[in-house]
Amino acid sequence: MGSEFIVFLAVAIVAIGAAVGMALSRNALYSAMFLILNFACVAVLYLLLNAPFLAVAQVTVYTGAIMVLFVFVIMVLGAEKLPAGESRKEMAWQRPLALGLGVLLLIQAAYVVFTRVVSSSATKLIDSSPLAIGKALFGPYLFPFEVASILLLAAMVGAVVLTRKE
Amino acid sequence: MNETTPYILLSALLFSIGAVSVLTRRNAIMIFMSIELMLNAANLAFVAFAKQWGQLDGQLFVFFVMTVAAAEVAVGLALIVAIFRAKKGTDVDDLSAMKN
Repeated sequence: MGSEFIVFLAVAIVAIGAAVGMALSRNALYSAMFLILNFACVAVLYLLLNAPFLAVAQVTVYTGAIMVLFVFVIMVLGAEKLPAGESRKEMAWQRPLALGLGVLLLIQAAYVVFTRVVSSSATKLIDSSPLAIGKALFGPYLFPFEVASILLLAAMVGAVVLTRKE
Repeated sequence: MNETTPYILLSALLFSIGAVSVLTRRNAIMIFMSIELMLNAANLAFVAFAKQWGQLDGQLFVFFVMTVAAAEVAVGLALIVAIFRAKKGTDVDDLSAMKN
């Protein structure tokens, strides 16, 4: 523990606060900003977890590409104002039920984490530099890597076709 | 209680917040953002376990999850734009054309 745990605690509190803010905000644009803050916090946690490549990828891919796309679409559609009476009258029971199910999910996860605890952990840190990641990507993970490229190409063509004006 | 337990608990908490948000929100864009939060929570668990077991595979899996999330967001937001043009809104309760 020590200083590393203090950093974790501070970042975790900010991440949880950002997630709650995203879930509760009445403005879609504020929600997007809260989510960006959450992603940045998770990037810091990746650094703590010995994953520098993923931390940079998190910032560039998630906060840099995905969330920019979200903010762009929200602004283009002008859909940032969410109506205050968002919950319908006939679905009034749905909100407490969802909250209860969420708490149940959290309790289940915590139960599993605390009962199936494995005390053994790796004593030495692995080499997780971009060089090691690249060697693994073009070695044992070459086939999934190529499939991912085809997936991205298909997504690009799909997005262009879906938003094209007739 | 070992070194990765706090990370797994944080991951579970973020996932639960995302799940509750998916269930309570009516706006398609908000539901989509909550799904991103859940994907991110799962990624955090992957990286934490990769450190615990001293293996690189967890980190590579997160890399592929990021790729799939990027593809999913591109297509999903294109669908939302198309729905917004057709329905003048992104409320999921209004998308019941196949029911009636």
